[in-house]
Amino acid sequence: MTTTIRIGFIPLLDAAALICARDEGFAEAEGLALDLVREVSWANIRDKLNVGLFDAAHILTPAAIASSLGLGHVTVPMVVPANLNLNGNAITVSRQLYDQLAADADGDLTEPAVSARALKRICDRRRAAGEAPPTFAKTFPFSMHHYHLRIWMKSGGVNPEEDVRLVVIPPPLMARSLESGHIDGFCVGAPWNALTVAGGGAVVLHLGTQIVSDCPEKALGVLSAYGERHPPIVAALVRALVQAGRWCTEPANRPLLSRHMARADVLGVSPQVLETILAGTLPLGGRAPGSPTRDYIRFDPAALRPEAAQADFLFDQMVDAGQTPDDAGRRRAARKVLATDLFDAACGDVGGSVAAPRLLA
Amino acid sequence: MAARVAAPSGGMDTALDRPTSIAIVDESPVRRAILEEGLRDAGFSNIVVIAETTGLLARLVQLDPDVVIIDLENPSRDVLEQMFQVSRLVSRPVAMFVDQSDATMIGKAIEAGVSTYVVDGLKKDRVRPILETAIARFNAFQKLRIELEETKSKLEERKLVDRAKGILMRLKAIPEDEAYALLRRTAMNENRTMGQVAQSVITAAELLK
Repeated sequence: MTTTIRIGFIPLLDAAALICARDEGFAEAEGLALDLVREVSWANIRDKLNVGLFDAAHILTPAAIASSLGLGHVTVPMVVPANLNLNGNAITVSRQLYDQLAADADGDLTEPAVSARALKRICDRRRAAGEAPPTFAKTFPFSMHHYHLRIWMKSGGVNPEEDVRLVVIPPPLMARSLESGHIDGFCVGAPWNALTVAGGGAVVLHLGTQIVSDCPEKALGVLSAYGERHPPIVAALVRALVQAGRWCTEPANRPLLSRHMARADVLGVSPQVLETILAGTLPLGGRAPGSPTRDYIRFDPAALRPEAAQADFLFDQMVDAGQTPDDAGRRRAARKVLATDLFDAACGDVGGSVAAPRLLA
Repeated sequence: MAARVAAPSGGMDTALDRPTSIAIVDESPVRRAILEEGLRDAGFSNIVVIAETTGLLARLVQLDPDVVIIDLENPSRDVLEQMFQVSRLVSRPVAMFVDQSDATMIGKAIEAGVSTYVVDGLKKDRVRPILETAIARFNAFQKLRIELEETKSKLEERKLVDRAKGILMRLKAIPEDEAYALLRRTAMNENRTMGQVAQSVITAAELLK
């Protein structure tokens, strides 16, 4: 008998394991039918999980923790029995800011600490001149996009609270906001950096992998109540995702994976740009492309295993951003959300594990 | 008006002695008009409608409303999430989404496709009529939309049936009523709609051209 699960997703490349679990038959092989529903905001994802319109969802891993802990909003207890990917973000800036950063750089601008120090000089000058501080956008308060920006800025002495303005803008509006001068830069996931630089007015400044290694990004968030009622279904879903993740990782499958993700009812973009992202050779907007970036976005089985070290890392970022007090009870609760035990119970040893996320900037 | 909701003190926040200010963020002109009318009928007069979502947060901070109503189809909902945190950007943080204990109300709102943000300082009993009106009006709009789609698809079907009828009349040299009866009989026998059968006739005729 086939069980249907209703799962919300946001049109991003890191929903690939979910889409391919459906489209490549991995879910069906586990006796599951995935009813994947496209959503327009992370707030919708959280709220539809909360009222039971979704059983599970593609979710920002920090948002899964924040919702479970009741930070900032309603409490929506959930578990993460699998990550959906690691890495995949990048910081993109307007060409104008890029040129200013280049003029102020005291070294190789491709080094995050160098560009962040240049940003600090620009912030100081703008303040002295009584001008508005540089403004950067993230996609949600509880997101690695937010934390990537903060980590990068702090590596060059920029105070994210004082020197810049950090705002939330939905990815489809990023390019327009950059053009209109509402923002000077943003951090966002694939394919939005590549799509924005294709317009010509922006440059990818840093890939997420230059700032944090093996960085948690999106996860499968399962409503706790659903998970407790249906352990075998959750385990089957995790196995289907791991199979799909393995399939997505195989370079030979990139063209087909890109076509699945490019479809109008998924991302609605050109498959070519997705292929360059999967290969780690995405367009950077005019600056010299480096060598292909290994691990720009990871779907391999080890990457899909949720780890306590990832929860610790994300909790540290939330504390640093002033989103939660550093409290031992909450930290334990955050660890419980990333349910390594559920993943292991479903899949056993998938061969290898990933290192704890590490700050590179 | 079915959606009319009693507002005991005419939308006045007695504690602050000023009308409750409401911002509606919605890109659909019809829906936001329906909602605004509903809120005015319920006695709320201090309403601002925001259709353009670029620079939304700055606009809201400047307006400083007590309540923000936004549709769930709007990606800019995430912009409002930062209003939950006190910061230099937001002087008056959002205190609640809707009352957390009122799960049925949250469910009804989400199913209707609307979300309401309530800024700190507004009493709970002031929120309820606003949310009830929003839910009723969103459901009314949804019903309208479904009716409109049904009318559209009926029109489409009639166009298809007319074309198929013409094809049958020409190819089989039969009068119009007979062509129509043939389409209807086939639809009933095959348990399909007239539109589907008509589409098959049209497709077949295209292929045989």
